[in-house]
Amino acid sequence: MMPFAFQRATALADAFAAAANRGRYVAGGTTLVDLMREGVETPERLVDINALPLHEIRLRPDHLEIGALARMAQVAANADVMRLYPAISQALLLSASAQLRNMASMGGNLLQRTRCPYFRDVTSACNKREPGSGCPARDGVNRLHAILGTSEHCVATHASDVAVALVALDASVRIASPEGERRIPLEQFYRVPGDTPHIEHVLRPGELIVAIEVPAGPHTEQSTYVKVRDRQSYEFAVTSAAVALAVDDGRILDARVAAGGVATVPWRMRHVEAALIGQPLSASTFRAAARLSVEGAVPLTFNAFKIELLPRTLVRALETLETLAVPAL
Amino acid sequence: MSRLIGEPLPRVDAPLKVTGRATYAAEHRLPDLAHAVIISAAVGKGRILEIDSRRALGEPGVLAVISHLNTARLPYRPHKGWIDPTVGERLHVLQDDFVRHWGQPVAVVVAETLEQAEHASHLVGIRYEAEAPSFTVPDGESIEPQGGYPANYSRGDADQALATAEHRVDCTYLIPRENHNPIEPHATIAQWDGQRLTVWDKTQFPTNVAEELAAVFGLERANVHLICPFVGGAFGTSLRTWPHTTLAALAARHVGRPVKLVLTRKQMYFGTGYRPETWQRVRLGAHSTGELTALKHEGIAETSRYEHYIEGLLNAPRFMYSCPHVTTSYRLVPQDVHTPTYMRAPGAASGMFALECAMDELAHELRIDPVELRLRNEPKIDESRNVPFSSRSLVQCLRTGAERIRWHRRRAEPGALREGHWLVGLGVASATYHTLRNTASARVRLRPDGTAVIETAAADMGPGTYTSLTQIACDELGLPPEKVQVVIGDSNLPRVPPHGGSQTLSSVGSAVLAACLAARSARQERAHSGAIAGSEIVATETSQPGDATKRYSMHAFGAVFAEVMVDVDLGIVRLAHMVGVYAAGRIVNPRLAHSQAIGGMVGGVGMALLEETHIDRRDGRITNANLAEYLVPTNADIPVFDAVFLDEHDPHVNPLGVKGIGELSYVGVAAAIANAVFNATGKRIRDLPITLEKLL
Repeated sequence: MMPFAFQRATALADAFAAAANRGRYVAGGTTLVDLMREGVETPERLVDINALPLHEIRLRPDHLEIGALARMAQVAANADVMRLYPAISQALLLSASAQLRNMASMGGNLLQRTRCPYFRDVTSACNKREPGSGCPARDGVNRLHAILGTSEHCVATHASDVAVALVALDASVRIASPEGERRIPLEQFYRVPGDTPHIEHVLRPGELIVAIEVPAGPHTEQSTYVKVRDRQSYEFAVTSAAVALAVDDGRILDARVAAGGVATVPWRMRHVEAALIGQPLSASTFRAAARLSVEGAVPLTFNAFKIELLPRTLVRALETLETLAVPAL
Repeated sequence: MSRLIGEPLPRVDAPLKVTGRATYAAEHRLPDLAHAVIISAAVGKGRILEIDSRRALGEPGVLAVISHLNTARLPYRPHKGWIDPTVGERLHVLQDDFVRHWGQPVAVVVAETLEQAEHASHLVGIRYEAEAPSFTVPDGESIEPQGGYPANYSRGDADQALATAEHRVDCTYLIPRENHNPIEPHATIAQWDGQRLTVWDKTQFPTNVAEELAAVFGLERANVHLICPFVGGAFGTSLRTWPHTTLAALAARHVGRPVKLVLTRKQMYFGTGYRPETWQRVRLGAHSTGELTALKHEGIAETSRYEHYIEGLLNAPRFMYSCPHVTTSYRLVPQDVHTPTYMRAPGAASGMFALECAMDELAHELRIDPVELRLRNEPKIDESRNVPFSSRSLVQCLRTGAERIRWHRRRAEPGALREGHWLVGLGVASATYHTLRNTASARVRLRPDGTAVIETAAADMGPGTYTSLTQIACDELGLPPEKVQVVIGDSNLPRVPPHGGSQTLSSVGSAVLAACLAARSARQERAHSGAIAGSEIVATETSQPGDATKRYSMHAFGAVFAEVMVDVDLGIVRLAHMVGVYAAGRIVNPRLAHSQAIGGMVGGVGMALLEETHIDRRDGRITNANLAEYLVPTNADIPVFDAVFLDEHDPHVNPLGVKGIGELSYVGVAAAIANAVFNATGKRIRDLPITLEKLL
């Protein structure tokens, strides 16, 4: 680990000032410190923002507000989140380990870096870490890499589970800077790699995520997150699906669908949603819509199976909601 | 007078461990300690062109950057420890500019603090001339292994018998490289006093560390002292003495201070051994009534270019079942890798995976129940040696296990049991591991205050050596456990074999038994002679196997039953239940034996479903050298297991009648799970691990 300066910020203004002085924000540190140990991240100055008043989870009349410093475990166990936004709670509980969930902040979760082994190994080329150096993952160990949103420069998956649920549920992030606040839909927050895989999101230098907002709606209660992974705890998604449905009388009125483990950013699937909306709640509806999820997918050496697995994952998630939608007798 | 043997005595060292007072290798405190960090080669093969240490040496606290450029040639006197490969020579570390494998140590940075050493290690500029390493298992040029396990074995004429067999199966099985991943990292503290060297090193073989360091540095054996009272798991990775131990001693001599060197998790994949990748082909011939007529088992494993690591991959097929025509063939393919080593039931875990899956394939082909097929092939003697088994209770293990898992639920037709999304399957496999015993010594001190001290150079990586030796001594000396102290993990204590191969209790336990008997008779003699009590009675005994090994074939046996659920759409495999039934002679401590069996079974689950070291074959890089991406089972993956030991009396194996259980409980698990997956889905997965895409 390279030597670095460390300071604590107790007010937003302190944090901004420190950031302007080449500071990097650190909250739970579960991604950043890990990568500093690997030499992948080499900040000169860390600004501990844990003392900022951004820990609250509040249910507003038309949305849920999650403070950026709320811990994953805290959000997962929040009664309002569990009742009104089950996909968010489920996605969090299926993430990482209990220890990590206790440490990791929600804002940090959204900004976590990929688990691509070539990115995390400074002795390897990686366009994300060193633009222009190449992408060994394309022809290397790539079973867990992306099939959607990839480019010749990068095929790394975005690792967050909860970001998939949030993108499905139309969440926005509130971003603060000395100039004030702005709000950006999470779906537009992330950038696909293209030929600039080192640029992962639209945050400008010194900007800080202060909150996540998830709108209310008739579909959020009927939401779920299904995660397919190689072991049952402490493991990233092979594929995952966040879905939400508003159903009336056996017909789908509204739908939200996003996928994880398969794409370079949390992957909203509006074409799948369109194929669900207005259709009867049925296995054939689910299958037909899910098939669209892999349109345009580009497989690599070891991950072609995801083209088969992703639609099945979506169907499973939709079936889970169908079971819930049946009124209790 | 047996009172404690057979009782579930809690671990005598448990209070030390759970209160953090048990000191592991890296935890010993020495004044003036400096810290060393290894720089690992970032090419898979090649030569070092340049090492630029200037920036690193300019950093605060940095004491030295040691490489082949500035260190003396070490004597490296010939030394073959019990656990070193017969053919080849250990890696001579920092002795030349050659890189033989990815991650090979190429330099060591020493600094006042660990952080300074780590930081400086990133500032050392190393240029290489890289070559492409070769990875050619199984098709590459192979060699016949020498010195231990036979390259070729045959009885009868397997080819002829296969050609005329009524039924045949012919299957190929692949097992990837696996790494041990104990929780305690390898660690060494080295301290010189003139020509005397003291090391605190994580090891399963204390005396060998001292002997190897004496050889490497050209010292008198008596001048090297190894101390290692506790080991935080090892699974075989701490049997040999690896380059980092030499590096710690070298660095300490270089800077003239004691030095601590702890491997990172990543570095534990780069030079401390692993289970070799293996390719196996099994051909079975049988009558339609199930009796085997032919068995041909071929195995090819990777090894390094500088040492030929061999293991008992094909031992079990030669005696496991009754069969007149048997051929085994074992080959090694040298690659640009570091040397594999013993890992959790070495050889047996891999070989029995192939054999027990093939038996299941035969059972399916013949429409005979897999348990029944094994019963029909139960041999009367060890047909490979024409001697009886000292004891063999496989039949009882199979019957007991079938009852406990309620085997009658199993449907012969795959895919017949379904619960919602889950296909349910049951599978079985036999297990075996040979009963080792080697010459071991122990010393007993009977103190005037009525307490006793047991001293022996054994180790305890977790199975409970401290506790089981206490039980043996208590019974022989007629003392309660609180009056007996066991001292192990020190190279100056009486010599014993390595703490591996499930032989500690059979070898060291026998020596402790003998020393206690000798001490007791010395005490009686003293009492009869009317000598005044007051001085210590010391008895040292060496216990060695007699000729019983010539007259008997000695193995522990077991049967593993797995019940799995496979998600019909998503391919996910979950264990519903597992039963392991073992017959391993006398069980000295049922609590610890149960714990060890459960641990072995969990390890087997890892082998079956999760474990694989990913190697980028373009340059030899290991891409999952960490505990997030090298998957081992978590608690969530493991249901409650049922591990049972049958009563078995074996008067031939050793004076205690024990057979060893550490390896046995690992064997057969992967096959039982693979067979259960077939029963659930109709899909044969012959390459481990059984990941979900193989079942889509």
